[in-house]
Amino acid sequence: MLKMDIQKVDLFYGEFQALKGVSMPIQANKITALIGPSGCGKSTLLRCLNRMNDLIPNVRIQGTILLDNFNIYEPGARVEDIRKRVGMVFQRPNPFPMSVFDNVVYGLRVAGNFNKSFLAEKAEKSLKAAWLWDNVKDRLRDSALDLPLDQQQRLCIARLIAVEPEVILMDEPCSALDPIATAKIEELMNELRASYTIVIVTHNMHQAARVSDFTGYMLLGEMVEFGVTSEVFITPKDKRTQDYISGKYG
Amino acid sequence: MSQKSETVVYYVLQFIALSAMGSLLLIALFILKEGFPFILEEGPSKFLFSSTWEPAKEHFGIFPMLVGSVWVTFGALVVGGPLGVAGAIYLVEFTPKGLMRIIKPVIELLAGIPSVVYGFMGVAVLAPLIRTYIGGPGLSVLAASLILGIMILPTVMSISMDALNSVPPSYKEGSLALGATRWQTQYMVVLKAAKSGILASIILGMGRAIGETMAVIMVAGNAVKIPNSVLDSVRTLTANIALEMGYATGRHRQALFATGVVLFLVIMMLNSFAMWSLKERRKK
Repeated sequence: MLKMDIQKVDLFYGEFQALKGVSMPIQANKITALIGPSGCGKSTLLRCLNRMNDLIPNVRIQGTILLDNFNIYEPGARVEDIRKRVGMVFQRPNPFPMSVFDNVVYGLRVAGNFNKSFLAEKAEKSLKAAWLWDNVKDRLRDSALDLPLDQQQRLCIARLIAVEPEVILMDEPCSALDPIATAKIEELMNELRASYTIVIVTHNMHQAARVSDFTGYMLLGEMVEFGVTSEVFITPKDKRTQDYISGKYG
Repeated sequence: MSQKSETVVYYVLQFIALSAMGSLLLIALFILKEGFPFILEEGPSKFLFSSTWEPAKEHFGIFPMLVGSVWVTFGALVVGGPLGVAGAIYLVEFTPKGLMRIIKPVIELLAGIPSVVYGFMGVAVLAPLIRTYIGGPGLSVLAASLILGIMILPTVMSISMDALNSVPPSYKEGSLALGATRWQTQYMVVLKAAKSGILASIILGMGRAIGETMAVIMVAGNAVKIPNSVLDSVRTLTANIALEMGYATGRHRQALFATGVVLFLVIMMLNSFAMWSLKERRKK
């Protein structure tokens, strides 16, 4: 089932065109990976999906991005509502400078929930879903900045799960983590797939091959190839994809 | 040869740098030497908490001035604190870059206006307005608070702006990505992260307000009595020194130095507290 659909999106930073007519489907309850060399536009494309690019001055976007058949770039669309449905995990873990508990329930408070028992219940559920509960259950009042990096990243995922988004965007979520921590996050992603649609940007091809169901390969702002991950990696149709995957390029 | 001139430059610069520190030390020592014995002689509690200041009759109680300084400083904070912090938030978060290029220098210019000009505005415009529309003599705590509040704005604003600007953008992104509005992001994350810097800006503004002399002399009225309302006239510690130093001799002169000691200690305390909270921020 189609969850989001990117249709012929062009994006300009001032005069520079960062995305050139990019189209890509995003299937529900699957993991879609975006790969490509640095500067190919994969992060830019990801940030179009929850309109984070709106924050950058001088950005112009054309085209359509559908979320359940609703164009998120339609004039009058409420950005906050879109971002509640399409959440994001960033490259570097960015917990807020407050306690673990306050971090997890941040999104709920933003949405106007202040009921203490409701928040406590949600926090526990979200932390469990992010496999963090056992690590932090005795230190919910401690500063989130004191956690090790991989726990910080899982806290950011828990914080997102708490607001029950439909789609989770991950922008190189493991690039600040060591291999063991990376493995834990990948395992977690695999588990989350059951309830969420995930789009991940990575420049680690092996990671894309390991975790994703679909893969898009981007180069210089274009979507060169998109398909089922195993096909893209084993029998790429485009010469450029083959060069990248075999290590001749990038 | 060049090695030698290097050494010379090194020592000259070292001397200049140390002389700044040295003069601060000498000033502190001088004031302490002149004023501290008097405090001990008179008794600290009598000096600080007696409310009769009649130098001719050897009554040296600075309590009315102490209260005056506290009222005026507190008033300046009430006026300048919220204005300064709100202004900083507006400028950092909600002002387009182009407009910022005009507004920021104007605020910095505010710091360059001589205090006597602020005082003049207070006497010529503000005091008559207060006298006519609110009551009292016009030259009052209220007038002094308003003038000082405006005078501390550049300090509060520029340091608060630094604090807000140094909040990592990733905090803001994280908050917006969870569906928070810009304003929610401001008060729930950014203000919290910049808290210690903003506190420091207010404390430094407070230090300026306590130390300010000329503008206060002109607008506060300078009556030596404990004020009952913001419309009463007051004299601050700084005004007391500036007004009487010209003709004071003997014990009277020592008493003014002792007033200086009290001021010095208060301002040192405030500054160290501000430094400490700025350091707290850097630690994070």
